Formats: sequence, structure tokens, C-alpha cells
Amino acid sequence: MSDRILTVLAVGGGLTLIEDLGRPGFAALGVSPSGAADRGALIAANRLLGNDDGAAALEVTMGGLTVRAESDLLLALTGASAPATVDGAAVPSHQVLAVAAGSVVRLGIPRWGLRTYLAVVGGLAVPEVLGSRSTDVLSGLGPEPLRSGDVLPVGWARSALATIDAGQAPPTGPAFMLDAMPGPRRDWFTQDAWRTLFAGRYRVTDVGDRVGVRLRGAPLSRARDDELPSEPVVAGAVQVPPDGQPLIFGPDHPVTGGYPVIAVLTESARDAAGQLRPGQDVRFRHHVSPVARTDV
Amino acid sequence: MQIWPSGERAVLVEVATLAQVHALAAALAAASDPRIVDVVPAARTVLVVADSAAHLPGVAARVRDLDNDVPTARPVGGLVRIAVHYDGADLTDVAGATGLTEAEVVARHTAPEYIVDFIGFAPGFGYLSGLDPALNLPRLITPRLRVPAGSVAIAADRTAVYPRASPGGWRLLGRTDAPLFDVTADPPALLRAGMRVRFEVAG
Repeated sequence: MSDRILTVLAVGGGLTLIEDLGRPGFAALGVSPSGAADRGALIAANRLLGNDDGAAALEVTMGGLTVRAESDLLLALTGASAPATVDGAAVPSHQVLAVAAGSVVRLGIPRWGLRTYLAVVGGLAVPEVLGSRSTDVLSGLGPEPLRSGDVLPVGWARSALATIDAGQAPPTGPAFMLDAMPGPRRDWFTQDAWRTLFAGRYRVTDVGDRVGVRLRGAPLSRARDDELPSEPVVAGAVQVPPDGQPLIFGPDHPVTGGYPVIAVLTESARDAAGQLRPGQDVRFRHHVSPVARTDV
Repeated sequence: MQIWPSGERAVLVEVATLAQVHALAAALAAASDPRIVDVVPAARTVLVVADSAAHLPGVAARVRDLDNDVPTARPVGGLVRIAVHYDGADLTDVAGATGLTEAEVVARHTAPEYIVDFIGFAPGFGYLSGLDPALNLPRLITPRLRVPAGSVAIAADRTAVYPRASPGGWRLLGRTDAPLFDVTADPPALLRAGMRVRFEVAG
């Protein structure tokens, strides 16, 4: 029996990384949770295969990946809609794909979205760092970005028969509406800024980075000018630097930030933000906070 | 104490002083509530992250209830001694800028007991307060692209150790072999918020 291995034959222009659900619990030591930028897509792929939700998979930015299965494997593709082939024949996303030993899987450029997840039954079995196999591009923890020639060990399925759970339906297009709730420093902004955030479109300016995504649109003006002592931030936080242009923190965000956070995305909007492409327009939609602000 | 929601799974708690930050973080750590996955202290705030959105209201209530019990005094953290080879690239310049001799700079840097205010910038990078005001100098105008791992440095009213090589604008007094951040250690970081630190001349 051949080894359970994926060999990387080619990577695209964007990063291809190994990601799972990250390493929460170390933020007080300066380590961000990291993990898949679109956790919903990773979980969907793992559920299709009967894996644990947090099994490690490939996060492929802007497609362009070619891998060879060195043994018979089951795999699944979710997330950004990249045209995929197995030995040249087109295959669908959001389905279990049985590939034979020696088969070559190729991902093209996504029609929409940024990050495609390629998961295998048993998950990718690279060593864990602080309880996670995720690459954190800011702190440099976890595996190096994939390169051509890399050999990736694949784990064993946890049960003989995968329990197929289709999970959520595959997305049908780009997300342009991001649900956001008031952030901890919403009061540092004018009422006009709060309305502005939800009124207009914001354009994604640069390549979606796992640290943060910069947007450009109507500037958000502050109601106070004093300096904010650095405070901890979460992935999905919408921080506003002095130029008034919002930035959405990604999974590898710095643990603390020095600018006020006007809003925070919902968990599902945070996943959607992980699929934003440069040049795309997004809008924010107001979402009610789950807990009330309290003065004790 | 003020509690601000920060997304579906976290609250940001603001208190009046850094000592209260450390006290609240210590109280939350001592509570070992399985619904709380991260407690992140900073200068005036503590981020408390729940394991699920469903648990956030309960976690927020827990934080509120703690308010009455959190002491206003800083808890006394563990003491870490760090041996330093005082041969840093900026030692001569620091002596010149402060009007001290190099030996006096070393003496003033090793005299205080520092407090780890909080961790930030990089894994295991502690911002230490308690620096002798005579050593208060601004950051370098042009940051270095690569500060070596283990560099012991000062900037404004703080001192720090770079856990690994990175860009940085602090002034380098020396270096240590102490493992500031080691993913195979438990805990992986030598310094945690609230700890006390003393620098010693390496023998």
C-alpha cells in the first residue's frame, strides 16, 4: 500500500497555506488565533468527508494549485469557486471526490471569491504548533507556505465510513453584504460616521491579506481625537486609522490594535470577508449586538 | 468597569488602571471557566473571548459579577531573572545621549524591578514598565529591518526583549540567551502580563 501523501506539483501566484480552526487560547502571549480565513468553508469540506470540523486542509488563494494524490484518497473542494479538474476531467465543488493513486488535481482561478479549500479524508497530518497546524503569516508560526515539490502527509479517516453531512449549501456568488454590529469604540465616531458606514459602498483596495483587508470609501470621522491606548482586537473587527478608511482584521491580525474599532463583523460575515477580492465593492448591514453594553 | 461587546463571541472590558487590568485578568484565569477561551490583557482593557456565541451572555454576566470581587491592587506576579550580555549595538549611543557612562547605563538598567504591563507586537514580546527615567530616549528615527533574537532594548519609558528576529526601532543595550518564546515549552512564553522582571549582568 502506498503512503497517504499529497505531492505539490505547482502553486499559484497567491499563497497556498495549511489551515485548521487555529490556536485560540494563546492571545495573552501575543499569538493570534489564526486558522482558516473562511471557517465555514473549511468546516463544510470537513463535514462532507466525515472529518472533525477542525481537520487541517489547504487554503488556496486565487487558485493555481496542482497536487498529485500518491494513494487512493477522498477529497472535497469548498470556498471560492475555482474550476477544478482531476486528470483533466472537470469535477464539482461541495462533493466528495474519490481520486485514485497517481491522479493529478488542478485548481484554476476562482470565478468569484478568493480562497478555495481542498480537504482530504483524515486531514493533513503535518505537525501541530501550539495545538494547531495553521500557518499564521504575522507571527510566523505553523508550516511554511506551500511550494512546488512539498510532500504533505495525510491522516487516517477516524471511521471506516465517512458520515456524509452536506452541511450548508454551496455559496452561489460573491458576498457583498457584511453584517456588522457596533464595535467597542463606536462612541469614538460621530453619528454621521455611523450612518456613513452603512450607507455607501467600500472597495477592497489590496490583495486580501490574512492580517487585514483595507477598504476605501467615504471616510469615517471621529468624534474625539485623543489617542487610544492599544487594546486587544478580534478577527472581523473594523478598525479605523486616522485617514478614516476602515480596515477589517483577518485571522492573523495583531493581538492588539492602536486605533478605535467602530464595528465588528458577525462570525459569518467574517468568513465572507475572507473571500473578498481586490477591486470588489462591499456594503455593511447593521446587526444587533448579542449582549448589551454595560457600565458597572 | 465598562463592558463593550466585541463581535458575537467577545467582550472588551475597560477598567481604570493597569493594576486593575492585571487583577481582572488574574481573577478570570483563576475562575477557569470552560466557556472562556482567551483572556487578553492590554493597557486599560481586557478582552474576554467565549467559545461560542451562545455562551457570550453568560460570560459577560460572569465578568460583571467579578467586578465586586476584583481587588484594585496589582496582584504580585512571579519574578523572572534574565541574564544579559550588555554589548548591544546602541549601548555607546545611549550612553552618549544620556550623558552616562556605559557602565552607568548598565547599572541603571539592572537596578529596577520591572513589571510586564502586557504582551503585544509579537509572540512573547512583553512591554516592561519601571525604566529609570534617565534612560528615557525616543525610538530610533530609522527602525532596523532586523533586530536579532534575544535583543534587550529600551524605548521611551519601557524596556523589552525581542523574542525572535524582527524589524524594530528600540535601542539595543544587549542580548540574552533566555528563551523568551518557545513553542515546545509550557507555557511557550517566558513573560506574561503582571510578572516582575529583573535584568542581571551575565556572568
